[in-house]
Amino acid sequence: MSDNHLTLKLKIWRQENRNAKGYFEEFNQKVSPESSILEMLDEVNNLLEAQGKTPIAFESDCREGICGTCGLVVGGRPHGPLSKTATCQLHMRNFKDHETLYIEPFRAAAFPIIKDLIVDRSGLDKIQQAGGYTSFNTGSAPDANAVLISKEKADLALDAAECIGCGACVAACKNSSAVLFVGAKVSQFALLPQGQPERYERVEAMVKAMDDNFFGSCTNTYACEAECPQGISVSNIARLNSDYLKANLVSSVTHQDVK
Amino acid sequence: MMKLNPNVPEGSIAEKWSNHKFSMKLVNPANKRKFDIIVVGTGLAGASACATLGELGYKVKAFTYHDSPRRAHSIAAQGGINAAKNYQNDADSVYRLFYDTVKGGDFRSREANVYRLAEVSNNIIDQCVAQGVPFAREYGGTLANRSFGGAQVSRTFYARGETGQQLLLGAYGSLNRQIHLGNVEMYNRREMLDLVLVDGVAKGIVVRNLLTGELERHSAQAVVLATGGYVNVFFLSTNAMNSNATASWRAHKRGAAFANPCYTQIHPTCLPVHGEAQSKLVLMSESLRNDGRIWVSKKVDDKRTANQIPEEERDYYLERRYPAFGNLVPRDVASRNAKYVCDEGRGVKGGRAVYLDFSDAFNRIGKDGVKDRYGNLFDMYQNITGEDPYEVPMMIYPAPHYSMGGLWVDYNLMSNIPGLFVLGEANFSDHGANRLGASALMQGLADGYFVIPYTIGNYLATAKPEKVDPDSTEFKATEKNVQEDIKKLLSVNGKQTVDEIHKKLGMILIDKVGMSREEKGLSQAIKDIKELREEFWTDVKVVGKGEELNQTLERASRVADFLELGELMAKDALNRNESCGGHFREEYQTPEGEALRRDDEYAYVAAWEYIKPGEWNLEKENLEFTNVKLATRSYK
Repeated sequence: MSDNHLTLKLKIWRQENRNAKGYFEEFNQKVSPESSILEMLDEVNNLLEAQGKTPIAFESDCREGICGTCGLVVGGRPHGPLSKTATCQLHMRNFKDHETLYIEPFRAAAFPIIKDLIVDRSGLDKIQQAGGYTSFNTGSAPDANAVLISKEKADLALDAAECIGCGACVAACKNSSAVLFVGAKVSQFALLPQGQPERYERVEAMVKAMDDNFFGSCTNTYACEAECPQGISVSNIARLNSDYLKANLVSSVTHQDVK
Repeated sequence: MMKLNPNVPEGSIAEKWSNHKFSMKLVNPANKRKFDIIVVGTGLAGASACATLGELGYKVKAFTYHDSPRRAHSIAAQGGINAAKNYQNDADSVYRLFYDTVKGGDFRSREANVYRLAEVSNNIIDQCVAQGVPFAREYGGTLANRSFGGAQVSRTFYARGETGQQLLLGAYGSLNRQIHLGNVEMYNRREMLDLVLVDGVAKGIVVRNLLTGELERHSAQAVVLATGGYVNVFFLSTNAMNSNATASWRAHKRGAAFANPCYTQIHPTCLPVHGEAQSKLVLMSESLRNDGRIWVSKKVDDKRTANQIPEEERDYYLERRYPAFGNLVPRDVASRNAKYVCDEGRGVKGGRAVYLDFSDAFNRIGKDGVKDRYGNLFDMYQNITGEDPYEVPMMIYPAPHYSMGGLWVDYNLMSNIPGLFVLGEANFSDHGANRLGASALMQGLADGYFVIPYTIGNYLATAKPEKVDPDSTEFKATEKNVQEDIKKLLSVNGKQTVDEIHKKLGMILIDKVGMSREEKGLSQAIKDIKELREEFWTDVKVVGKGEELNQTLERASRVADFLELGELMAKDALNRNESCGGHFREEYQTPEGEALRRDDEYAYVAAWEYIKPGEWNLEKENLEFTNVKLATRSYK
């Protein structure tokens, strides 16, 4: 619990609404190295409110790195300079005294800006609604141990399922692709027996929803994995691609059957 | 005067739910689509309710103030979910889970509800596995279990330290499927600001669109609140930044009884406060207490670092006071003792923290062994504090974590307002005066997947509620009230920010209505909170307008409600002249300093009816313990 405060020059993105012109507003802010970057923004806002000025709009909720609500571009990088760290877990001791810090919203065609640092990520929900589940009604489940799943498969499925849906992968990608996000969900189910009945319909539906919601395509730069606060592996993208290919084959065969 | 009928079905404890399911009236499948149901909140309880009601064919409207239903704070639960599967062959049973939960709640919950919770716990695990929730597994492919506090069997299912996330994403998937199929209409970024009653029956809600500030009226034949707990009243808690009591509180002000508001859980293993700018507290799983030893210096105001304090000058106070359970005493006991040693000035460097030391575990199983068990928690600690817990002991301090109290509900999870149902942490129902670890996830999903789908059908089939036009006078009048409240907040134009006042409220509550309470302090707290509420309405500064995205206004409106709820918490704590679970009154303790329950006078649910600001009427629901014998908890 140190008294060694830092003084930072903050350049924070302000934008009244989606169509307004945005700009960087400058603040000189004294901050404790023990504070998180969001606690620093709280302090800036508290000062603005006390002066009757409009505080900076930004979102956060759990502040434990699991809800995926927060997401800022700090110093040009989604979630800031530390790897596997969500914005809310970024503490000021990682910055130097008198450093200039640019704080911006996630930028992607699929994430229109709502106000200041808040963006609209509802496209991610639409992808999940298209197929990120097993079609299964409450009440009809067999005993949980009726189907055995190897520890290895279960662990791999959980590695993929840990995605927090923050959208940093999209913001990091020069094409605003959401394939890491989609690959993680597709992989979780592809690895588990419960996901098999709809395996190929699911991947087709989710990829289509991704395309329909203004997310771009993947050109294998792996920027997504580098910025993912959960460290979701790009091997999930490989699994997505392979299943997507198989899905196309399956559906073309099915179409011929129908004809 | 309100009427409280718990509506517990007849029969032996093990037959009540089966009998009730059979005797309840059903809605014919073709008629279900004629019923509109509103669900507020999309955490475990809300999302599972939406999904299941949608599957049954009801027309569901779901509301969340988040940008996505997946953000609800259930996502942050770490440890696990209990079920009476007995997969470990260690003599677990539905009855044992029921027994442990009633005892853990210090005999202040309703037996019939708890039994049903234990009864459906196994279905929850089956359901979640079928959804593709990747629970931890053994090498042979079966599900793994771990142990948690308050139980002698291993019945907790988990997914690393992210069980809440995985369960919520499972429920979110099922909800998404119903959205996709058109059975659930999802309203994101809407905050419920009032409940609409027509002739005393719940018929809808008024919400504020958080993007535009526009007020909307939504009508339905039943309203379900699954809006979580209220410990953010303390300002600093482990709850998410946006967690609040507003939906519950506005329903309370419309007539719903608020039960046992003084039962709050202060979790012992959280990171200590780092300074003025602290916005929330972070929990570390209590599993750490399996291998960590808790201690402070024997000296007052000892400024030495941990490693400079020799072994003989350390006080392992839990091991000293509770030789049988040691560091594994229940949450309330561990928290209270941390407070005592810090009050004595023996906390870390005289401050408010105690050490959680793994040196013995390092010697016993090696640093790698510790890393295997707790690696992610050690990483999290280092990330947040900047200190390496493999080199210096962790520092911890208790933090408000969960509210056992909440809106009163009967066996059907319906409040005393017909048509208003309350699920999950928002109701008071299952945990008595203290919740055991891994039971919150169980309750949320039990309510949403396996209780409400049956009981709401019975209400709709029996009461046959009519649809009400959202343009009716009742709806318009309620909207107008909300509009006026917003105007009032914006027009104060004082000098203090919302956070400044909220922090003051938190200080009063944690000091006087926190881990230990006494008559004088509680009376003072009531006085202080009344004054602070006055201060708020004359001196708060809420910038901006109502008709726009305005996060300051959102917080102000929540804090206004906390300022009323805080007073009721103190009033309830003052009324309850006994100690039980999370409610510890200094005046009522055994000669050994343990909680002294007074069953003859206080074996009741305190359900408060709102009269006007600062005035309530107390109704009592007597609790009968016919299956679990009333006994004193002992952990010596």
